[in-house]
Amino acid sequence: MKKVFLLALMITFAAAGFSQETGKKLTKLPAIDVKNLNGEVFNTSEISNDGKPVIISFWALWCKPCIRELTTIADVYDDWIDETGVKLYAVSIDDARSSAKVLPTVNGKSWDYEVLLDQNSDFKRAMNVNMIPHTFIINGNGEIVWQHTSFAEGGELEMFEILKKVAKGEDVSNDSH
Amino acid sequence: MKNNKKKLILLFCILSVSYFFSLETKAQGILSGGSIHGNFQMDAQLYVEDSVINAPDVSEDMLMNGFSNLIYTNGKFTAGLRYEVYLNPMLGYDYRLKGSGIPYRFASFKSDDFEITVGNFYEQFGSGLVLRSYEEWNLGIDNSIDGINIKFKPYKGVTIKGVYGNQRYYWEKSKGIIRGIDGEVFVNDLFTGLAEMKTKITLGGSMVSVFQENDPSLMLNLPLNVAAFAGRMNINRGKVNFMAEYANKINDPESLNNFIYKNGEALLVSGSYSQKGLGIMFSAKRIDNMVYKSDRKEIGNSLDVNFLPPLTKQHVYSLATMYPYATQPNGEMGYQAQVIYTIPKKSKLGGRYGTTISVNYSQVNSIDKQKIDTIPIGEYGTKGYTSDFFKFGDIVYNKDFNIEISRKLNKKWKAILAYTNLAYNIEVVEGHAGEPMVYADIFILDITHKFTPTKALRLEYQQLFTKQDEGDWLAAILEFTIAPKWFLSISDQYNYGNPHSDKKIHYYMAAMGYTKGTSRIALSYGRQREGLVCVGGVCRVVPASNGLTLTISSSF
Repeated sequence: MKKVFLLALMITFAAAGFSQETGKKLTKLPAIDVKNLNGEVFNTSEISNDGKPVIISFWALWCKPCIRELTTIADVYDDWIDETGVKLYAVSIDDARSSAKVLPTVNGKSWDYEVLLDQNSDFKRAMNVNMIPHTFIINGNGEIVWQHTSFAEGGELEMFEILKKVAKGEDVSNDSH
Repeated sequence: MKNNKKKLILLFCILSVSYFFSLETKAQGILSGGSIHGNFQMDAQLYVEDSVINAPDVSEDMLMNGFSNLIYTNGKFTAGLRYEVYLNPMLGYDYRLKGSGIPYRFASFKSDDFEITVGNFYEQFGSGLVLRSYEEWNLGIDNSIDGINIKFKPYKGVTIKGVYGNQRYYWEKSKGIIRGIDGEVFVNDLFTGLAEMKTKITLGGSMVSVFQENDPSLMLNLPLNVAAFAGRMNINRGKVNFMAEYANKINDPESLNNFIYKNGEALLVSGSYSQKGLGIMFSAKRIDNMVYKSDRKEIGNSLDVNFLPPLTKQHVYSLATMYPYATQPNGEMGYQAQVIYTIPKKSKLGGRYGTTISVNYSQVNSIDKQKIDTIPIGEYGTKGYTSDFFKFGDIVYNKDFNIEISRKLNKKWKAILAYTNLAYNIEVVEGHAGEPMVYADIFILDITHKFTPTKALRLEYQQLFTKQDEGDWLAAILEFTIAPKWFLSISDQYNYGNPHSDKKIHYYMAAMGYTKGTSRIALSYGRQREGLVCVGGVCRVVPASNGLTLTISSSF
């Protein structure tokens, strides 16, 4: 049973790998159901920003570097919006233990982000996120153009540089992708 | 014969999914325009024997855990697999993981209102009180279900999910079969008059049943199908949010409840009020006899069908995680409250950048248990006990008061000050019979200084005071980072207050890491103290070790 499955997959992979050689293709966001803070189902294919760039940041309440990253960006978020029109989606992977704390925490910290709840890590898995924080930049066509894992003080500077290029429609595929 | 039939069915599924897809894209065919992505991680440790901390001599010298996910997507079609390797499993992971293979593979087809997955999948109903399959690499937990998962949205705002399959059990599968159905309605979408209403209401309900064959060796009249039901609601109106879920499980004699015939119950309630700069949250729960496994004789962390979240703060600083609370599924009752307030920017108290204060308190007790007639509580093969739903039990399992103040002082300095006071029933939570309740005070100071826009030094100083268990500890970490690529750190944890003078031990550690995009390599060398690693209230015991650890991870 395993073998049949593997064979089918291998053929698919091989053929797909082959067909990819014709040109570098950017990946679009997968369509996964998560929830917004109203409790409503939200499909991740609806993540959009009228042709302007989007940041998707995976975080959790127990992840100190994630909180540091989102707090740091919060301080400069208005400037980023003025310059690039960016919208940040903060995707919490907190499970039932602390997902009820996400809304009051986001408000308590005065964050202006769009917040999504990915309680069983379905979106995280579909985006191949290993460790958090893991941050993606999406261009105006909804394609993933840049991603980075971990956060250190000053890491937001590189992100802003990339963002400015993406907002202008420049290619960032050579910028430490 | 049976196997052949399975093969045929699977092949049929794959082909029909492919067929569906090729119909959609007509001339394009299934193989063009797709993409492959995935991730990879390897954790390996070279062990050094260290008799001072009881780190064992590892005969392989080196142990390694690794995995890689590969996912192929093409429009509405997705297929994927995960290869895992444990040669041999690292200390603290279950030895039954030894070996390598593909324990996870799936294919799925998705349209706007219909989704079907065959193979392994992860699913959660509501908050997971009756069904949650998930994976947690750091704990070695993966209870994915192998079978069929269907999701269907017949109307806008209505989602129906169904699951059918066996659970993963290391390199095998559960004997029990899980069947479940869940429905959720976003009420505002159902009636046109409600669409614009500010109050948003979500209602949901689930039903799960686990079948397992009789076990004559137990000499009990066992229920072969164990059913569980749950109902939930979420109400949101702007600043206010309220959520509740109640679950009930029919009598389910099993190893972990000493084979009693008693129904199980769980209630989870939480409410919050929040506005810009202020968040208030309160939650409460009650759990009674709610172990739910796909094998009644399983006693470890495996084969959990449901998930019972602990309502305590998940601490992040190392000494504050010394006494982590884990849910007691056989019975507990508790509550938690939390307030987060940001003193506004540019105010006298708040300073130029504002100051955030977070206060949290939680308490968990046992539940009330009364004898039925003269039968001892929880006796094998009986109805167990009765319990008053609204009465707290007398035994304290955990109390945790903590406060955290964080403030950015200027462009170069940031500081976090934290204090935790906890009472921890080590006898119940960790099973250390006869040990007294641990009362501990923990102080933490976390300062970051930026030298240049991308170079920063962070100092973490922690002190834990207790008269019980291993006595007082102090811990310090010095971490230097060059964004976005490098980090270097040295740390020490020192058990200076241990009552035994030969156990006043230093746990030194040096670590470094390099990140480029999504690839990360980290190396550390030093001593790791024995302790519990917990995620979501499920814990794994990490034995003491000494040596060199390497972690490589990447996603693409």
